[in-house]
Amino acid sequence: MTNLTNLTIAEARAKLKAREISALELTESYIAAIEKAKILNAYVAETPDQARAMAKASDAKLAKGEGGSLEGIPLGIKDLFATKGVHTQACSHILDGFKPGYESTVTQNLWDAGAVMLGKLNMDEFAMGSSNETSYYGGVTNPWRRHNSNAQLVPGGSSGGSATAVAAHICAAATATDTGGSIRQPAAFTGTVGIKPTYGRVSRWGTVAFASSLDQAGPITRDVRDAAIMLKAMASVDDKDTTSVDLPVPDYEKAIGKSVKGLRVGIPKEYRPDGLSSEINAVWDKGAQWLKEQGAEIVEISLPHTKYALPAYYIVAPAEASSNLARYDGVRYGLRVPGDDLIDTYEKTRAAGFGPEVQRRVMIGTYVLSAGYYDAYYVKAQKVRTLIKQDFDKAWSKVDVVLTPATPSAAFAPGEITDPVQMYLNDIFTVTVNMAGLPGIAVPAGLSSEGLPLGLQLIGKPFDEETLFQTAYVIEQAAGKFMAKNWW
Amino acid sequence: MSVDEKTVRRVARLARIKVADADLPKLAGELNVILNFVEQLNEVNVENVEPLTSVVEQNMKKRKDVVTDGHYPKAITQNAAASEDDFFMVPKVVE
Repeated sequence: MTNLTNLTIAEARAKLKAREISALELTESYIAAIEKAKILNAYVAETPDQARAMAKASDAKLAKGEGGSLEGIPLGIKDLFATKGVHTQACSHILDGFKPGYESTVTQNLWDAGAVMLGKLNMDEFAMGSSNETSYYGGVTNPWRRHNSNAQLVPGGSSGGSATAVAAHICAAATATDTGGSIRQPAAFTGTVGIKPTYGRVSRWGTVAFASSLDQAGPITRDVRDAAIMLKAMASVDDKDTTSVDLPVPDYEKAIGKSVKGLRVGIPKEYRPDGLSSEINAVWDKGAQWLKEQGAEIVEISLPHTKYALPAYYIVAPAEASSNLARYDGVRYGLRVPGDDLIDTYEKTRAAGFGPEVQRRVMIGTYVLSAGYYDAYYVKAQKVRTLIKQDFDKAWSKVDVVLTPATPSAAFAPGEITDPVQMYLNDIFTVTVNMAGLPGIAVPAGLSSEGLPLGLQLIGKPFDEETLFQTAYVIEQAAGKFMAKNWW
Repeated sequence: MSVDEKTVRRVARLARIKVADADLPKLAGELNVILNFVEQLNEVNVENVEPLTSVVEQNMKKRKDVVTDGHYPKAITQNAAASEDDFFMVPKVVE
């Protein structure tokens, strides 16, 4: 019998529906696989009892020929999503012991569709990081290693636990979030598929806020079809989030397999900065070639403000973070370090509870919003953001979708990047998408000479996730799927 | 623009994060690296450009100003470090 954990969502869904396998069997296989993969440190909290109970309920529904689109499918949930009565700490010390009395809209949508929760996944603290090294619960190990090397590599971040868990087959798929690249960069580092939908497509209610004008949730999955299935279940119109956009959620799976004949694919010249590795350049050219062979038209375009997206992001995101993270004061939830008075309690709690990267960003945010600097930094950055968005608005008159590399390199080693700005540069190709509120998908496109996954990114028009799935599937068909060798 | 130790102390106070005097020089250095990085924006001409306020053109959703939720103080205070009679407890703030 084949290992049940190797089934994609689509494959498992068919076998569950046909009663060839039970949801409980599938769930038990994952619980056993998680047990064997502890060394990867992907999970920060496991919920096997809850998983078994949910799987049994799914089996009862399936036996009656009922059930939702994810009935009996075991998922991992990023620690950023509020899950009722279950560890929800954004992998921060400051949320020690926090168990919400409510469920996030995204996870509620998934449970309503019949999915099974395996546990909570590791991540960078408050989603601030590109290597998962800022987690209070320690780093996550990438299942991928270089050829002939036992050296550990990071899975990227901030959704490092999600990417590793999907790549290591210790969940069928995972939820993730993306503020500057936190879905797409780890997906690229682990040979998985990750989509950040259009801002407003997925409700942010019940998801721990980092930068509210940039945050969007999306899935990390093993292939493009599974990403379409997951996004359909996660997305909704939600009265509890005023930025949730009032548009029906399409059946994204229908876009899979559609021809790209006549599709205009933009290649932005600004995404080829001096010093970009020849391997990344080659995989990008190959991606364009595959689409061309299937009848797409390749069009060179210009997005002139690309280089300013990252510096503008490092004003806007910390500014919003400093406001959002003001709520962690040791009073209503989480850690409290007693002080001489109330202010001293706040200051000691926040000094002990936030890690160094979070403290840096809160301080930067506080500084750029402080009296006398607001116009010079924050307003300026928001103006640059308008220009970045206008670049894309102009591009859409020439092209239907944009193809770029997902990351400037393959996965790196823990401790290899210590300079904060060097770490930020990981998001150089992904952050523009958040700044403009657009959808972007990362899809594996090949392996580096060292045997590590490399990903391509497709950027779409607002609410045109369907074209992303359609195009990414064509790349996936040409590139094939990539699976890490099990060494753990 | 760059920050000195005095500014870092002021910002830390505004952010309500305790920073030891010994850590100020290192933190100032780290913040200056980031601030130098964002200085690139000075190259961009933003004359007559409106700041972005929303990436999606949508009228602000409104709802009736009525209570839609609540009446469970126990659930609200259950995660607090200290609570009593459904109130959050903090160190004494008035003498």
